[in-house]
Amino acid sequence: MTTAAGLDPEAVLADVRAFVDTEVAPNAEEYDQNERLPQSILDRVGELGLWAPFLPTEVGGAGLDFVTLGRIHEEVGRGCSGLRSMLTVHGMVSWAVGRWGSDEQHERWLPELIKGDTFGVFCLSEPGNGSDASAEGTIATEDGTDWVLNGHKKWITGGQVADVMMVFARTGPGMSAFLVPTTTPGVTITPIPNMLGTRSSMIAEIVLKDVRVGDDAMLGPRGWAAGTVMTGALDLGRYSVACGSVGIIQACLDACVDYTSKRSVRDGRLRDLQLIRRKVSDMVTSSRAARLLCEHAGRLKDASDPATIMASWVAKYYASTSAVAAANDAVQIHGANGCSQDYPAARLYRDSKIMEIIEGSSELQQTTIAEEAYREVA
Amino acid sequence: MSDTTRAELRQFITAKYPAIELTDEQDIFALGFVNSLFAMELVMFIEKSFGARIPNNELKLDHFRSVNAMVALVQRLTTPASQASGA
Repeated sequence: MTTAAGLDPEAVLADVRAFVDTEVAPNAEEYDQNERLPQSILDRVGELGLWAPFLPTEVGGAGLDFVTLGRIHEEVGRGCSGLRSMLTVHGMVSWAVGRWGSDEQHERWLPELIKGDTFGVFCLSEPGNGSDASAEGTIATEDGTDWVLNGHKKWITGGQVADVMMVFARTGPGMSAFLVPTTTPGVTITPIPNMLGTRSSMIAEIVLKDVRVGDDAMLGPRGWAAGTVMTGALDLGRYSVACGSVGIIQACLDACVDYTSKRSVRDGRLRDLQLIRRKVSDMVTSSRAARLLCEHAGRLKDASDPATIMASWVAKYYASTSAVAAANDAVQIHGANGCSQDYPAARLYRDSKIMEIIEGSSELQQTTIAEEAYREVA
Repeated sequence: MSDTTRAELRQFITAKYPAIELTDEQDIFALGFVNSLFAMELVMFIEKSFGARIPNNELKLDHFRSVNAMVALVQRLTTPASQASGA
């Protein structure tokens, strides 16, 4: 099977695995400790064409299917959740521009977003609201043919290196999305250090004070970004986080199989102990189950089936909670070594917890998924 | 064609919300439990089922507020004039 651009998905995945194994995973601990991804690794992502490969060939993309995209995000997440997070947010912005952008916005932004020469970030969360996404604290006021934005965004993945922000703001009673270059006067970006997990994803808070943009900065429909740009982008983000969580489970499994095969105990190896094997089998099972849920959501995306939205909610809920469980077991299996920086378990444990919070907390996933069950059975 | 469109739309909505006694004029967003998630599902359903990309200038809440409104939207999107202009 090949993509519209003639790519072989399996060949793409093989290249990604090699990239992760040789260039990402060996350096993930350093990225985590430095709280930074070097520009060189971001450039490599661009060289491999991984920033937005799903964009259609008509706009310069590779036309890659979403199932393969999910597997790419799994592999990158296996190596470094911080780097996978960057793929997530940049992908959300790129997808939104591709789907809702005008011809002029396509021309201005897509070529550079596809290459990664312009890095896009998703600006919805605020100090006062996260999962209850409403952009209440950011206001866009119409002034002639311009819009003036004032507000405060927080927990913005990749914010420290952003070139363009997709900012959600209230425009009257509704919400609209704007593409705002970070060089626009009035934009102030402040790093947020010492996060629990995905520490290399260069999170920031962004203050907008009298930021003036033209009407051509509005992305998608005026006043109805909630039901369109926001929900659509979050759907892709949720899918990416789900797939990245599968990567975390796989990384935990790989680390534990390696560690327990080498670690001696009184009568043999740690791998010989039944309770260790139980934890390992849980990781095998949950990684495969989560991967299938992600693949299901991806297939529905490729079919443009609206059922993909709930499928992504289910995949994200299961994969993220399973990642937390797997990482918890990984630390336990490694013992004191699992609490040190000498082994990946501690970083995986911290990174996994972030997966339960971003793109909608686990509690929001639970209430939304249950709501569908009750609604459809009523 | 509009009868088929109407039937498909009604079936999609009632499958998601079986407790609704849906009339064609009913404001589904005023019912209190339809949210942005369902709005996106509606957009995707209409585009997939009727083979038409909804342009930004048609993405207004009022165009999705009722079955009648959505039938009218689909008719606008699928007339030869709109298809020829790429709207």
